[in-house]
This record gives sequence, structure tokens and C-alpha cells, in this order.
Amino acid sequence: MVIAEIAISLLILVGAFFLFVGSLGLAKLPDLMRRLHGPTKATTLGIGSMLIASMLYFWIVEGNPSIHELLITLFLFLTAPVTAQMIAKAYILHNIQEREVLTETGRPVGWATLDAAEADEHSEVTQTSSNA
Amino acid sequence: MARLFPHPILSVVITLVWVLLVNDISAGAAALGILLGWAIPKLTHPYWPDRPRIRRPLAVLEYVGIVLKDIAVSNIQVAYLVLFRRGDTLRSQYVTVPLDLTTAEAITALAGTITLTPGTVSADLSADGRSLLVHCLETADPAATVAQIKERYEGRLKEIFE
Repeated sequence: MVIAEIAISLLILVGAFFLFVGSLGLAKLPDLMRRLHGPTKATTLGIGSMLIASMLYFWIVEGNPSIHELLITLFLFLTAPVTAQMIAKAYILHNIQEREVLTETGRPVGWATLDAAEADEHSEVTQTSSNA
Repeated sequence: MARLFPHPILSVVITLVWVLLVNDISAGAAALGILLGWAIPKLTHPYWPDRPRIRRPLAVLEYVGIVLKDIAVSNIQVAYLVLFRRGDTLRSQYVTVPLDLTTAEAITALAGTITLTPGTVSADLSADGRSLLVHCLETADPAATVAQIKERYEGRLKEIFE
């Protein structure tokens, strides 16, 4: 029991450490794209450790197995990359300087965000001219 | 069988998620989960005309294992960079990963994996869906990063999905 409690405490501390580092990265790094790295990675391991600790606690200490923590982990792993990509796309779209440092696609077309934006601008132009 | 379960993978996922949601491994929860896993894909079938094909289900387990290990490693690397390096000295840059994958499911899995693993975040897809824009937090050799992504993740996903 004592060993289990020590293991659970360690997991909580490890989780807290990585969550803290993730938040610190978000606050400390100089630009948006670098800042994205903190919350997308450091927090997954942090939350993972916390959830393992929670499962162990309910299973060993309370004697009442709990499994829905797995679901939280699953949803976190599914949603973190999507959020990061949407933030990155919005940033590329709104920040003209950032577009300058993008690498080439290596394809005859451009990046999806910018191509779609161009298409939108053209359609807006045609709309206004047809209204006029 | 295909008519009863138009999306077998979705059915399995719904059943598992239901059992996890009610937080109760019992026959009753499993029965309701199976019922939902049968009914939801059946009712929503018109909206899901295609279904992903998983050619090698066992390779999925191997892939998940590798990704989980890489997530742990990447956390430690990013923690080190955040704590001990000044933000403006990090050699961050974009790289382009040309894709051999063609199915939407495989590319989604690859983009998600890239975001969760060492020092990389996937940022955008080319308009024709054939290359991926990836931002690296710290890289001395962009070509090696791209080669690693292609070999470690894309090769395995290609075996699983295509």
C-alpha cells in the first residue's frame, strides 16, 4: 500500500512537472510557432502521468477500478494535434511575415491555407463587382 | 456482415468508448455498447460512403507503441529545450515533407503523430494534399528530420493503410 502511494505520488509529481514545463514553454518562447510546441507535447505526458496516477489510486487504494481516464487520454491525443494545426493555419493566414519563411510545397500548388484564402479573395472581388 | 456492420472499426470504437464512458466493465454496459456500436454506424451510414481499410491490424499496435515511446522522449527533449535554452537561440524552421501516403485517414494519422512527437508540429497541407508543412523547434539538419519522419512513421502508416 505504501509503495503504491509512493508510486502514485511520483506519477503526480512527474505529471505536474511536465504540465508546468508545457505552460512555461507557452509563456517563455518568443513566437507563436515555437510556443505551440510546449502545450502540444509537454502536456500530453503530464496529463498522461496524472491519469495513470488516478487509475492506480482508484484501483489500488480505493479498490474500485476506474478506466475512463483512458478515454481522456484518447481524446487529448486526438484533439491536441487538431487544435495545434488550426492555430498554425490561422497564424500563417494572418501573419504576412510568416508566409515569407515557409518552405516551398514541392508541388505545382501552394499551401492549402493560402491557396484557399486567395480563392476566397477572388470570389469576394467577383461578388462585389456583380453587386455593383 | 457488411450490411449489418457497414463500418466495423467504427462499431468497435463506439463500443469501447461507451464501456469506458460508463466506467463499468460489466455485461450490461458491454451489451448497450454493442447495441450502440451497431445502431449508430447503421443509422449514419449514408454520411460515411467510404470506409478506411486497415490492411494490417497488428501493425497498428506496433505503431501505437512506437508513438507512445516517442511521445515520452519528445516530452523530455522539449522540457530540456524550454528549461535550459533561451527561446531566441533555438534553430526553429519550417520543413516540407513530401507525402507518399494518399488516403485521408493515413495523412491525418501522420499529421497527428508529427505534432505529438519530438520537436515537430504539423502546420499545413499543400492544396493538392501531397506534401505537409512541418515546423521544427530545434533542428540542425532539416533533411535528416524529414527522412526520419518518412522512415519512422510514414513507412509504417503506408503498410497499415495502403
